[in-house]
Amino acid sequence: MAPMIAVEDLSVTFRSAGREFRAVQNVSFDVAPGETFGIVGESGSGKSTILRAIAGLVPSASKRLEVNGRPAALRRSRDDRRMLQFVFQDPYASLHPRQTVDDILREPLEIHHEDNIDKRVTAAIADVGLSPTHRFRYPHQLSGGQRQRVAIARALILSPPILLLDEPTSALDVSVQAEILNLLGKLRQTYSLTSILVSHDLAVVAHLCNRIAIMQFGRLVETITADDLRSGDVTADYTRQLIAASRGFTRASA
Amino acid sequence: MSASLLTIEDLNVSFPGRSGITHAVRNASFTLGRERLGIVGESGSGKSTTGRALLGLVPRPGIVTAQTMTYAGRNLLACSEREWQELRGRRMSMVMQDPKYSLNPVQTVGHQISETCYLHLRTSREDARRRTIAMLEAVQIRDPELVSQLYPHQLSGGMGQRVMIAMMLIAEPDLLIADEPTSALDVTVQNEVLRILDALVRERGMGLIFISHNLTVVSSFCDRVLIMYGGRIVEECAARDLNNARHPYTRALVAATPSLDVPRAELATVVRDPAWLQ
Repeated sequence: MAPMIAVEDLSVTFRSAGREFRAVQNVSFDVAPGETFGIVGESGSGKSTILRAIAGLVPSASKRLEVNGRPAALRRSRDDRRMLQFVFQDPYASLHPRQTVDDILREPLEIHHEDNIDKRVTAAIADVGLSPTHRFRYPHQLSGGQRQRVAIARALILSPPILLLDEPTSALDVSVQAEILNLLGKLRQTYSLTSILVSHDLAVVAHLCNRIAIMQFGRLVETITADDLRSGDVTADYTRQLIAASRGFTRASA
Repeated sequence: MSASLLTIEDLNVSFPGRSGITHAVRNASFTLGRERLGIVGESGSGKSTTGRALLGLVPRPGIVTAQTMTYAGRNLLACSEREWQELRGRRMSMVMQDPKYSLNPVQTVGHQISETCYLHLRTSREDARRRTIAMLEAVQIRDPELVSQLYPHQLSGGMGQRVMIAMMLIAEPDLLIADEPTSALDVTVQNEVLRILDALVRERGMGLIFISHNLTVVSSFCDRVLIMYGGRIVEECAARDLNNARHPYTRALVAATPSLDVPRAELATVVRDPAWLQ
């Protein structure tokens, strides 16, 4: 089966004040249709930058960068853009404070000249487990979990085949995180979504993903399966350190 | 456990507002010895407010009441603002969550740390500087001379948090309240910071209150844990028994946390029972 997302030798370099910073260096991976691919790493490891490069939000260089079999150029057409949608980390920062839930969900449909806007907004609200009474509320009238549901509804309203999730639950309490992770698990089945989940939390990634890439200093250290992660059957020392650290505090130094 | 350092009985914190009184902490009672006590709970459960109340730092118009609030034999309820100032920083101090927002951005970190020294310990500036360097070394900063001359924005998150800890510990308090000290840090850095705190508790016999929402960290790091829900302490247990907790809320929290050891098809969600607030 042809991969939904193909990345080969992807590099992202930022330049400022005459200095170069190589945020992502020669990263390659494929994501199969319907797969949830995980990327983990610490701050500054380049994991979010990879997502932004795939979405065309930052300039990148690569041997191959394909989304659904089509090369992904930096300038994306409207059709390219609706192929993939983003859910960001902070639901407090990623929703427009002066737009109601209705405005937020309506906008992508209007941009893409869709029909049945009213019906689709109603359906999207129900899909993410919000009630119709939330439709005309502003983001500040919603809890963090409800906001993240709105962000997910906005991402899914154009029925994209691909969802890019950048730390979707890091700003949420454990109980709310569980609800959002369950929702994402349910939606990816209903809509056979392909997704990439970026997180610093190994347990969250192992919960949702089949295969996981470990990033450090902009490089891909190794790609492992969720089972490898659970059993600790990994080759790189860095991965071992990460796993040990996320299992909790140990008195002896790692 | 040795004699208790801190005894709290029936602590209540409330904030009067336009739509009535918000009870942030309700009837909390606990004691602290020279040990690591964890407080866990979700946003709004009152864990940070409890920590602030212990330092007399509940902002206006908050009201703090308690039956008993004693620290090393001293009645905290009767403390004047001046007495609080003597206690805070010298005898008890607090490490905040995010070093970016809790350090003064226009002073070098060395200056900020040594300030505590000459304010509380009345040392000479030269002596304060020496102690600052030694303290930065104790929190495992590699080049303390250099780092002491840096401004907060020049530090990474992990370094910033170590600087905060150094600043809070330089006056050698007996009680440290750490409010989510590692939540903004990467996991590998998190463990380094925890090791520093652990060594301080064991070597200096300090009492530590460790406020966190991270069950994995609390259960592996602390000795005892208080679980807060809706401003109440709903359960107290030994940290290592957190996975076999009795209260339904604690059990629900544990079941809702994704685990590397126990794969689950679906995570349990927390069904809240109004009776927990009774």
